[in-house]
Amino acid sequence: MMKFERYEWIAIAIMISLFIFVGFIQGWSVSLVILNMCIISAIMTMGVNISWGYAGVINFGVMGFLAMGGLAAVIVSYPPIREAWQVGGAGLGISLILLAMLVFAIMYINKVIVKKSSRYWINGIIIFLGIIIIRHFYLNATANIEDVNPALAGFLGGLGLPIIFSWFVGGLFAAGVAFVIGKVALGLRSDYLAIVTLGISEIVVSVLKHEEWLSRGVKNVIGLKRPVPYEIDLQNADWFINLITYLNSSKLNNVIDTNDKQELLNNLIIDGSGIFVKLSYAILFLIVMLIIFYFANKAQLSPWGRMMRAIRDNETAANAMGKDVVKQHLIIFVIGAAIVGVAGAMLVTLDGLFTPSGYRPLRFTFIIWIMVIVGGSGNNLGAIFGGFVIWFAWIEAAPLTTFIINQLTLGLEPTNALKVHLLDSVPYFRYLFMGLILLLILRYRPKGIIPERVRHS
Amino acid sequence: MIDFLNSIIVLLNFIIIPGLSYGSQLALGALGVTFVYAILRFANFAHGEIMSFGAMITILLTWFFQSQNINLGILPTALLALPIGIIATIILCLISDKFVFQYYRYQKSVPVVLAMVSIGVMFVINAIIRIIIGTETIKFSDGQKFIMKAKQFKVMTGLNEGLALKSSQVITIFITIVLLSFTFWFLQKTKTGKSMRAFSDNEDLALLSGINPDRVVLITWMIVGVLACVAGSLYGLDKSYKPIIYLNLVLPVFASAIVGGIGNPFGAVVGGYVIAFSEIMITYAYKKFFVYILPGPLEPSGLVQLLSTDYKFAVSFTILVIVLLIRPSGIFKGRVL
Repeated sequence: MMKFERYEWIAIAIMISLFIFVGFIQGWSVSLVILNMCIISAIMTMGVNISWGYAGVINFGVMGFLAMGGLAAVIVSYPPIREAWQVGGAGLGISLILLAMLVFAIMYINKVIVKKSSRYWINGIIIFLGIIIIRHFYLNATANIEDVNPALAGFLGGLGLPIIFSWFVGGLFAAGVAFVIGKVALGLRSDYLAIVTLGISEIVVSVLKHEEWLSRGVKNVIGLKRPVPYEIDLQNADWFINLITYLNSSKLNNVIDTNDKQELLNNLIIDGSGIFVKLSYAILFLIVMLIIFYFANKAQLSPWGRMMRAIRDNETAANAMGKDVVKQHLIIFVIGAAIVGVAGAMLVTLDGLFTPSGYRPLRFTFIIWIMVIVGGSGNNLGAIFGGFVIWFAWIEAAPLTTFIINQLTLGLEPTNALKVHLLDSVPYFRYLFMGLILLLILRYRPKGIIPERVRHS
Repeated sequence: MIDFLNSIIVLLNFIIIPGLSYGSQLALGALGVTFVYAILRFANFAHGEIMSFGAMITILLTWFFQSQNINLGILPTALLALPIGIIATIILCLISDKFVFQYYRYQKSVPVVLAMVSIGVMFVINAIIRIIIGTETIKFSDGQKFIMKAKQFKVMTGLNEGLALKSSQVITIFITIVLLSFTFWFLQKTKTGKSMRAFSDNEDLALLSGINPDRVVLITWMIVGVLACVAGSLYGLDKSYKPIIYLNLVLPVFASAIVGGIGNPFGAVVGGYVIAFSEIMITYAYKKFFVYILPGPLEPSGLVQLLSTDYKFAVSFTILVIVLLIRPSGIFKGRVL
């Protein structure tokens, strides 16, 4: 196990004390909500950090991989809709087989025909014809599926398994998409890779938005099963009531009147059940985060990690030493994307709903990158720290801004136009903070708050 | 014969005219991106927000002029506000260069760091725009809306299909032609333009020949400011202004610049039109066109649409990926990626 430096312990202490502080000021429920999102953000950040920090492979497709993870959560946990399978399953199967045939045909043509210009023409014609034929089966099937009880279903549903499996499946989904993207786009110079991955992630999200048979599209999937107990079940469970009574025995003993005592107990149970649920999520997430952290560190310290650093620092030299740069880039891109996919599935698990239109690049790609840069690329603890601190700032920016604006405009009337306008635009100040934090860090601490440790071993 | 004319009018009305005006907006945007790339050597993610900022200033001034009852008659008032919007956008570009980009240029940072920095600038400008003008959709075109309405055209020619011509489309195409000819004249004929091309081609050699890099950078940001503000305002005038759209617009703009060959101004313009036309042509339902042009029994029953309009956005990126695979330096040879 790795040893932490002194400043790294300070960083950990800061992270913990932030939550205790919020717990006392705004209540433990708020603190736990922020903590859960912080842990998920930290996992996303570690995923990006593995490809960018270890090997210098840029990945601006975070949003797309998160959405794939979310899709996995739906497909794994939603109960199957048999009727939809009956009316559309065959058509979808045929179009899938035809699609596979099309791909093989193109691969065959690329192998047989050597002349470049004629190859492009033949490929173009075959793809055009293929799309027309496939569309015929596909559109019929999807239209049938979407007609099945459109208000409640209208899609294929899932497998009906416990949602916790989807965390693994989400990683696989994202890895699959990343493999295709990597095959196509890796090898481009880094800023082009950034633009291409950003664009492809937009394509992934627009597919999820509009292919209703698969993901229910903009109609959203709600009511996904939880891996933790529901509040209402807890409130009626004897062991939970006993636990709350035991924990608050001193408080309850101070109340003499039985009616008051019962009311206080009820309130405590309602509060406690909410906190218990959030705490269970936090523990589950924390376990996943620590597992990923452990293996990420192991990988970084291994010979493989050393090779990755060599490739990052001098690609030509690494290539000359016989390292297969293209292959290693693909591997690390896929691993990073898979971790982001896990985080995506966890995100949907936490929310209990899947909203494809909620995936926006500003929130789900650029903020994650700010976390990576601020935390310190190449250092896993830095990635976690970045995820925690930036998400914390993102959430707490609004109350802070309100406070500052109120202080600055203390002399103005409450109906003053400027004051009202500023207070109305409080939600937008967080973008300003994020931009300023990124610019300041890049200027004055370009390696991040917890920089990568230079090892001489 | 009449059917043939009708089908041509359908294409003109739904593909060619919208494609030309959208393509012009993309071309102006892509030209700005390409300038930054050629001279300053980084991918500027903040370009969409710079466009949005220019449009915002133009809108604010338009409101001011409207409140003072100043207008241009049949032309939109926004044209009067545009020059001041351009100046404001140039100032924004120069400020962001002075306080942010300049430092990294002197440090000779790698392009990807500058791209990250531009993301920071993007966030800041984005926030400023939202704080000032909010996130609502704003329509600010006034004056005469149509040069020719579909009905007028039908009465005039006696055809079944109408041809509508919005004044914003004509203004867009006209301004684009003027601005592009000026830019290319500037690059090819003036001494400053030549020095910029030399700087883009080989920085060290240009420095040795006594070209002042700070001056080249200054002129570049000024041109970028003009192009961005005009592109942003025209887009807002033609469709409607909504801050969030410009973040999405930056991707087709990048796609145009790269498809045409990044760093190559002519390529950026062609790329803009290529992206715009392919977006529209691939997602357009050709049923009406085929009904006119084909004899009765062959008429199609479906919409004859290659992809649903939902995927408009995906088209530009698919084209970008295909171009990068087949010809990595773009249609017109830009820098090799």
